[in-house]
Amino acid sequence: MAAQTGQGDERLQRISLFARMMKRPELGAVAGLVLVTLFFAATADPVMFSLAGIVNFMTPAAQLGILALGAALLMIGGEFDLSVGSMVAFAGLVFGVALTVLGLPLVLAIPLTVAVAALVGAVNAEIVLRTALPSFIVTLAFLFILRGLSLVGLKWATGGSTQMRGIGDSVQGDRLLPLFSGDAFPGLFAWLAERGMIETFRNGAPKVPGIPIEILWFLVLTALATWVLLRTPWGNWIFAAGGDRNAALNSGVPVRKVKIALFMLTACCAALVAIITVLEAGSTDARRGFQKEFEAIIAAVIGGALLTGGYGSAVGAFFGAIIFGMVMIGLTYTRIDQDWYQVFLGSMLLIAVVFNNAIRKRVTGER
Amino acid sequence: MSEPFIEMKNIEKQFGNIVALAGVSFDVRPGECHCLLGDNGAGKSTFIKTMSGVHRPTRGEMVVGGRTVVFNSPRDAMAAGIATVYQDLAMIPLMSVTRNFFMGREPTRGRGPFTRLDIAHANRVTMEEMQRMGIALREPDQAVGTLSGGERQTVAIARAVYFGAKVLILDEPTSALGVRQTANVLATIDRVRKQGIGIVFITHNVRHALAVGDRFTVLNRGRTLGTSQRGQITPEELQDLMAGGQELVALESSLGGTV
Repeated sequence: MAAQTGQGDERLQRISLFARMMKRPELGAVAGLVLVTLFFAATADPVMFSLAGIVNFMTPAAQLGILALGAALLMIGGEFDLSVGSMVAFAGLVFGVALTVLGLPLVLAIPLTVAVAALVGAVNAEIVLRTALPSFIVTLAFLFILRGLSLVGLKWATGGSTQMRGIGDSVQGDRLLPLFSGDAFPGLFAWLAERGMIETFRNGAPKVPGIPIEILWFLVLTALATWVLLRTPWGNWIFAAGGDRNAALNSGVPVRKVKIALFMLTACCAALVAIITVLEAGSTDARRGFQKEFEAIIAAVIGGALLTGGYGSAVGAFFGAIIFGMVMIGLTYTRIDQDWYQVFLGSMLLIAVVFNNAIRKRVTGER
Repeated sequence: MSEPFIEMKNIEKQFGNIVALAGVSFDVRPGECHCLLGDNGAGKSTFIKTMSGVHRPTRGEMVVGGRTVVFNSPRDAMAAGIATVYQDLAMIPLMSVTRNFFMGREPTRGRGPFTRLDIAHANRVTMEEMQRMGIALREPDQAVGTLSGGERQTVAIARAVYFGAKVLILDEPTSALGVRQTANVLATIDRVRKQGIGIVFITHNVRHALAVGDRFTVLNRGRTLGTSQRGQITPEELQDLMAGGQELVALESSLGGTV
């Protein structure tokens, strides 16, 4: 209690900018991004940091990042979802069936896909909350269940194949298509190309025809998640539910409601990624989203989310996912064997976890 | 002296065939600090849990503000103005002081999809309330984990007071604290009392009780051994009552002082 002692207060006042920065959960991810950027600036072909190169690595980063945002929020809320990767395949199946077998337009197929995903998320949540088992093990079960269902369902829908084609044809000309597929702002990019402000091919067409739509989704969702976490009561409840379930309950936080909503949100993120990537590929298959659950969790952890819950940020997950995209795509711009990718990621994860743990001890005052 | 705000009359509580409370009477008046003393297993926890709505008494009557009440949940007790600060404090170390202060009762601005936390208001209230308790926070977004045990205790007390507690039950607030921290918490208790809030101070430390208490009730084996006014009882007498007398006297003389 500083006021009564006086000197104690002054001692507390001397807090450096560095120490302040250290307290931000996303600091690790920003530092990581700087390091990775420096690494590729030194080793990679400069094309990597041209507009085309940036779009090249931001596209997979965005697809992963949408999953990572859901994973980060859920982790802050104190739970895991290992089924998101399989959820992408399963949502892809539902989406494909809705379009090709049922012949629905996007305006119905998309809500249906998202609703089915949300339902599965709610089932995950109910089981976790009712059994009080770790979400790790419950969602591990769903990792296999959903992957298996996707296989079985695809074979049933296509008459024996594990790939469903013809999705591109079924959505042609759909009014909603530009929201979920292709590039945004083609007019702007054409205009910039005309004036020679961005690179063009010989025929004058811009090398980058627009911003891939998933990048816009990624940006908007990051902003939205950050707003919810930091500026709404729901954000406070998410931190509280993950920080200490009992303390939150005793203070009147609706912990159950929060956790169910988070599981549903994570599944919906997977559905969105499924919709975007299925439309892009024009087909869906059973391997879609394979191992994405781990990548999403790694991105969230690199972004500063604690495995124990109660700490992390959406902006961190944003940068975590970009690091992922940079490393995955960046290695192709270097002479380095691409198979180093996984070594790189594993090391990043390890460093991030050690770093986050140290931060947590600092923040909680553990010695 | 003013009328009691809460009166517990002959409270009995049984868990199966175990008698936890065998007729406890206790009351708290506005602006007083009523200490509830007792050794481990005396029934202190059961008693305060009954008062705060966690347990329902098997027999006995509770009167709050002149009316007989039955609490079905801690929420009922809170609505009646009875707030309990448990030892775990219901606080989250990784979250800021402000976020902890308003946890579950967040102030908002705007409406519909634009409903947002009123952070400026929350921060200001937190700083003000902590200032009133004699703590100058470095910043309102300081994590609770960086506060000392005594400061955390004070945040929990300030929170309960801010949200309208008329009676504050403190469950062994000094048991895990060092000497200086304890002094600070005792000073906080004194401040809160002067605001007209009744305090139930649970402790097994006689010196802590005597430092701030107005009245002292000793619990032993689920019974009250009487209530004394300040100045009518010595530390030694209190200590003997708590331990049930004889053994401790022998032990004390062998240790050469007050335990």
